Amino acid sequence: MAMKGKDCVAIAADRRFGVQAQTVSMDFDKIFEMGPHLYIGLPGLATDVQTVSQRLNFRLKMYELRENRKIKPKTFMSMVSNLLYERRFGPYFVEPVIAGLDPKTFQPFIASMDLIGCPMITDDFVVSGTCSEQMYGMCESLWEPNLEPEDLFETISQALMNAFDRDAVSGWGAVVYIIEKDKVTKRLLKTRMD
Amino acid sequence: MTERYSFSLTTFSPSGKLVQIEYALAAVSAGAPSVGIKALNGVVLATEKKQKSILYDDQSIHKIDYITKNIGMVYSGMGPDYRVLLTRARKLAQTYYLTYQEQIPTAQLVQRVATVMQEFTQSGGVRPFGVSLLVAGWDEDEERPYLYQCDPSGAYFAWKATAMGKNHINGKTFLEKRYSEKLELEDAVHTSILTLKESFEGQMTEDNIEIGICNQDGFRRLAPSEIKDYLASVS
Repeated sequence: MAMKGKDCVAIAADRRFGVQAQTVSMDFDKIFEMGPHLYIGLPGLATDVQTVSQRLNFRLKMYELRENRKIKPKTFMSMVSNLLYERRFGPYFVEPVIAGLDPKTFQPFIASMDLIGCPMITDDFVVSGTCSEQMYGMCESLWEPNLEPEDLFETISQALMNAFDRDAVSGWGAVVYIIEKDKVTKRLLKTRMD
Repeated sequence: MTERYSFSLTTFSPSGKLVQIEYALAAVSAGAPSVGIKALNGVVLATEKKQKSILYDDQSIHKIDYITKNIGMVYSGMGPDYRVLLTRARKLAQTYYLTYQEQIPTAQLVQRVATVMQEFTQSGGVRPFGVSLLVAGWDEDEERPYLYQCDPSGAYFAWKATAMGKNHINGKTFLEKRYSEKLELEDAVHTSILTLKESFEGQMTEDNIEIGICNQDGFRRLAPSEIKDYLASVS
């Protein structure tokens, strides 16, 4: 999930990699850094998570070399949407969540997408994954506008943890990134490992 | 349909030149003069549109055309080749928009058009384009104007001011004297008309020249009435 704060954004995810009931690994990272202030979270089928992040990285690097500038978050969202829709009739099973700051104005930006690339830009929060309904409930109750980075961290951590604690196949560790103009803080949360 | 040639028609001469491209540049130099000037707040493109007979309907066909709402183009050389490149450029710009939902930056468009022109100097069975293009654009992101020239070889240059076509050497010399970094768009239009006048034979009217300007409101062609006003202030 990702949330907007005051001049900052936060993106967080759990770290479970499982095959239905069996947990295979508890340090599977689904949040990828695409730029100094641009992060994408890719929940879904693990093989597609890796392939999409690699292909996206390729496209992004080519863009930055050709255009000689850092990509804007909104343009990046369109690029992801295009990549997913190319596979309209045999899609990648990922539902990305994007969080970032504009490279020039540092305006916060969050967006999410379905597996065939339908983009959705919001002003508050975006969620994706197996426990998305629980996450919607938690975010709706805990989020408020213009949270400072420290408060945003608390809010997103509580929202994420309590949501995936109500889902059998999510959890087993969590990672939270707080993205501000001058720094990015990555924190690992201590959660129920069940 | 005939079989595609598998070999290029543009080959090196012993002295290391691609003669076909030299000939293409000669075709450009024989074409109608065109001028481009970059000002502080915009770019102006101007070209001579002399028709051979008074029976021609001047206002129906335009030499200066839009590629996107922020980028425009003019040429010197062969009209039909220009049309093909114009269509390609428009398609390239829209393809970019389809992927990125963002207007194509002028430099990117010029790179892509120049690649097309270069392909025609190396592919089988085709000849180089007989046009040089002047592309004027306004970058919304960086909020600055751009002026580029694309040659038949596929080379592209960024200019502050330039002239192409017949008499381009005199045109460029004239611009070297007249150009200043602090030109405003209005003065640039004025200067471009004067540059065209240097090589113009006969009376300049609003029907036998075309002017296009590009600023932060986008690219637009000047209406004949507006051109008439500028001409009045020149003479």
